[in-house]
Amino acid sequence: MKRLGKWRLLPLLAVVALLAGCGEPFLSALQPAGEVAQIQYDLMVLSTAIMVGVIVVVAIIFILVMVRFRRKSEDEIPKQVEGSHTLEIIWTVIPILLLVVLAVPTVSATFKLADVSEMDQKAEEGESEALIVNVRANLYWWEFEYPNEEIVTSQDLIVPTGEKVYFNLKASDVKHSFWIPPVGGKMDTNTDNVNKFWLEFDQTKADEAGGIFYGKCAELCGPSHALMDFKVKALPRAEFDQWVADMQNVTEPVQAETATAQAGQEVFNNSCIGCHAVTPANTTPEQARMGPNLTDFGNRTLVAGILENNEENIKNWLKDPEEYKPGNKMTGKYNLSDEEIDAVTQYLMGLKVQE
Amino acid sequence: MHAEEKMTNETWPASPEKATLEAKNKFLGFWFFLGGETVLFASLFATYLALKDKVPTGDHYLAKDLFEMPLVFLMTMLLLTSSLTSVYAMYHMKNFAFKKMQLWLGITVLLGLTFLGLEIYEFNHYVHEYNHTFTSSAFGSAFYTLVGFHGAHVAFGLLWIISLMIRNAKRGLSLYNAPKFYVASLYWHFIDVVWVFIFTVVYLMGMVG
Amino acid sequence: MSTYAQKKGVGAVIWDYLTTVDHKKIAILYLIAGGFFFILGGLEAMVIRIQLAIPDNNFVSAGFYNEVLTMHGTTMIFLAAMPLLFAFMNAIVPLQIGARDVAFPFLNSLGFWLFFFGGVFLNLSWFLGGAPDAGWTSYASLSLASEGHGIDFYALGLQISGAGTLIAGINFLVTIINMRAPGMTYMRMPLFTWTTFVASALILFAFPALTVGLFFMMFDRLFGSNFFDHTMGGNTVIWEHLFWIFGHPEVYILVLPAFGIFSDIISTFSRKRLFGYSSMVFATVLIGFLGFMVWAHHMFTTGLGPIANAIFAVATMAIAVPTGIKIFNWLFTMWGGSIKFTTPMMYAVAFVPSFVAGGVTGVMLAVAAADYQYHDTYFVVAHFHYVIIGGVVLSLLAGTHYYWPKMFGTMLDEFLGKITFWLFLIGFHLTFFIQHFLGLMGMPRRIFTFLPNQGLEIGNLVSTIGAFFMAVAVIVLLWNIVITSVKNVKVGNDPWGDGRTLEWAISSPPPFYNFKQLPLVRGLDAYWIEKMEGKKEMTPAEPLGDIHMPNSSFIPFMISLGLFIAAFGAMYRVDYAWGLPVLVVGMAITLLSMLVRSIKDDHGFHIHKEDLIDDKDKGGKA
Repeated sequence: MKRLGKWRLLPLLAVVALLAGCGEPFLSALQPAGEVAQIQYDLMVLSTAIMVGVIVVVAIIFILVMVRFRRKSEDEIPKQVEGSHTLEIIWTVIPILLLVVLAVPTVSATFKLADVSEMDQKAEEGESEALIVNVRANLYWWEFEYPNEEIVTSQDLIVPTGEKVYFNLKASDVKHSFWIPPVGGKMDTNTDNVNKFWLEFDQTKADEAGGIFYGKCAELCGPSHALMDFKVKALPRAEFDQWVADMQNVTEPVQAETATAQAGQEVFNNSCIGCHAVTPANTTPEQARMGPNLTDFGNRTLVAGILENNEENIKNWLKDPEEYKPGNKMTGKYNLSDEEIDAVTQYLMGLKVQE
Repeated sequence: MHAEEKMTNETWPASPEKATLEAKNKFLGFWFFLGGETVLFASLFATYLALKDKVPTGDHYLAKDLFEMPLVFLMTMLLLTSSLTSVYAMYHMKNFAFKKMQLWLGITVLLGLTFLGLEIYEFNHYVHEYNHTFTSSAFGSAFYTLVGFHGAHVAFGLLWIISLMIRNAKRGLSLYNAPKFYVASLYWHFIDVVWVFIFTVVYLMGMVG
Repeated sequence: MSTYAQKKGVGAVIWDYLTTVDHKKIAILYLIAGGFFFILGGLEAMVIRIQLAIPDNNFVSAGFYNEVLTMHGTTMIFLAAMPLLFAFMNAIVPLQIGARDVAFPFLNSLGFWLFFFGGVFLNLSWFLGGAPDAGWTSYASLSLASEGHGIDFYALGLQISGAGTLIAGINFLVTIINMRAPGMTYMRMPLFTWTTFVASALILFAFPALTVGLFFMMFDRLFGSNFFDHTMGGNTVIWEHLFWIFGHPEVYILVLPAFGIFSDIISTFSRKRLFGYSSMVFATVLIGFLGFMVWAHHMFTTGLGPIANAIFAVATMAIAVPTGIKIFNWLFTMWGGSIKFTTPMMYAVAFVPSFVAGGVTGVMLAVAAADYQYHDTYFVVAHFHYVIIGGVVLSLLAGTHYYWPKMFGTMLDEFLGKITFWLFLIGFHLTFFIQHFLGLMGMPRRIFTFLPNQGLEIGNLVSTIGAFFMAVAVIVLLWNIVITSVKNVKVGNDPWGDGRTLEWAISSPPPFYNFKQLPLVRGLDAYWIEKMEGKKEMTPAEPLGDIHMPNSSFIPFMISLGLFIAAFGAMYRVDYAWGLPVLVVGMAITLLSMLVRSIKDDHGFHIHKEDLIDDKDKGGKA
């Protein structure tokens, strides 16, 4: 019995060995960095192990058949066998048992991952211990609203580690899907309704991934679907609270310091502010929030979700967004000279709520 | 038995709609076709139920404001009766009584035409009195699509029966055209059954609210 | 019938094919049209793989890439895989059941022309302002937002070709129920006939859901309705449901006939009757039935809630049981057999492990909670290509080699056939195995490019290299077809020597009336039974007599052409004043053609006994 037990674990170990270390820690679902991803990873391993078992059985029979039953002479006529009830019962019952083994954890995990009851409870009491983030997906950019903290940010999702974070998901134009592979599976952002789920972010894994996870849009949404990335900064609770406080402190647009930046701010106020807010308050209605909120732009990891955040890239992006994100909604909405773009760039780089 | 044989009252078989291989095929194939049609209408019904009373703003009329029993009841009775008259027609077809069959089919067509006329009046009424149109709301789209698909089936069924009546008016029944008449009447019954569901799901359930 | 054998000019041959109602000629039409669309879809696949060979590639633009990926999926499913299967169904099923034609030869022709015009209409979008770009699933919010007429081409083209498919499905159902030869009971039907039967039933009950969905999309885009517009009360999830209520059975519509082809091939080249025939039939029916119960597993991340997700997860897992039964039955058919590795048999042998790989990832995807990770990633892309290529395309290639002699009277070259096989098999696994890992490593599907330094470079490059292997394999196959046709070496009734079923009992290709006398079927593998008793041909079930045959007709072409014209009218109605009249004219052509069909008597014709006796050397004797 003991030996059999060990033997049973063999495919399991083989699967873990095969899957581990695949991909980059900031992007790979095979390096789970949170409770949800871990549950899903465990299910993957379980199902893969069972399936590898099935494959092994099929492969053994297959190889035996290929080796033993080749035609040796053109005259041979094999015995015409009708079938075998015993065998047929075996290969009906065993798969059913295997599927039961798989179905039980599947159903239990499905319910566990969908449990967002805490979200509603807290909301009724008026104060919320659980963190709620409203995700609004737009053609090629993401907005993250923290309803209880009353702040809005875009493109970079900031979350505390080691606790459940609850998400309300919806789309404002076409259907998208919200996915942070290392942290947990995806959920669609529909245009018709709000979907809810939760994720948990692991501090150690976040550090291994360099403090940043990659998020993706996982539902075809138009030409730049491939470029609709966002970043996730997972911070210890204290640092997160500090960030929230710093954001909440910005009630008026931050005044630019250098002369160029001041000129840039003027241009910005004339040409850009119609879509892009530079204060984090969530008081403006959603329909008016037509472009990403830029309050903390200077601290963004990337420009437009895809380009490294430096002066050169900001300028290039402002000059011709279409080149970098085909089909985006910013192209053609403004007409700025090169000098004006330089000035706006200076201004944007100075927009930081934290140093 | 060949489809081209000249038939008499004596040689006319008990089930002329299934007497030749071609007829058997047509008979079975048409039943399958109706199976597919059932899925089609089931999808339309499901969509209607999902979009019932789904309107953009509060000033749109809902199902409970729109439907009026007398008109719909009359339409239902007309169509149910037409189904019955087509049964009579098939009864006479099986008895090789061509003239009587034509007569009953004629009555069926008249009832169907009246039904269609009332439906057009009904739609017109909703559009002009209630501003309930195909494009005014998802409810409107789903309503007109479901009921309109049925109406289109009625219209097509009428054209079909009329063509058969005219085409065969002079030459009477044969094993070649008997299955055609029979299949057309099957189609007519199917339309009637669908209407019973529309009457229940759209109108009765709609009036309840 | 002496005129039949005369040499004809090119024009006469074309006219013959435009008007034919002969199931064998319609099979050839399906094979040519389906083969053409298969190559088109293959070229689109190559564009996809070249674009994704390296990160940040600029081979094609983002918008064009979306058109290519949409057309690749749509073409392969609707215009290549299904028609190619119809080609073999048409060519073989009537022969397998001992029939002279299908139940509705006229409708058979109509089904083909509807498919053909629908496919042509859809592909004309490339030249008329851009192809559809919302994926083959065409989810409603994106497809309503899509500019231009691409999605209209999709909705109208599929509507027309879908009608053709529905007609073909009904035709096969009735054919198999009503047209079987004496003694051919249900439980003596070859597996290909059985799977055709179940797949046809699936078509009958699945396609109307797509029809309704496409109507909604067409109405929303062209006639101002609001089914999917949430600001007007609409709901986009309705499209997802309708699409997948059709879409999931569609997978079985494709794969069941593939199972049938492989069942026949495995049994033939193992020289053994199919192991567990009755459980194979039972499993086929069960898969068909369960196929309608699982559509929402495509929507686990849509937000249907844990109850729906759990139910559909368990239902989906259940399908693994009948599928497993089939796998083991195939293995045990070969067990104890006498296996000859002809080209078709090599495909069949390779199919078993390839399809198992696709099947097990299917079970993994059924685990709803884990599917949140797999969904819409390259893991899913890998899975369904393992099922569709590993199952359906391998069966199409196998069927091409296996049935070629029956359809054209010549044998494809076995050596070239095996080269095609190895190139294709290696290319297939090279392309798609690694995509499982790409998906798990965080690569969403349907992305036109990926950025460097995300760990996705090597996998994508390997995948692209594999695709080239497959492309070369298809080129070798085409070359094989060309030289085989040029050499034109005719073969006899049973060129493989191991034929078991009725189609191998008559000449290759069969005379246009198939069986001079209908054969008497005495058991499963009817021809094999006769061969084992030392006979060379079937025992006839009837005396030699006149044969009733249907007339050719140009009306199916006209009906389809009318809809083709009407579709342009419906689409351009929103832009130009001439749209409406064109719509009306097109519909009028269709309806008048139908009226003509209804009014003009068509009694067919008879081949007289005397002519049949003259026709000795045709080998049409049962």
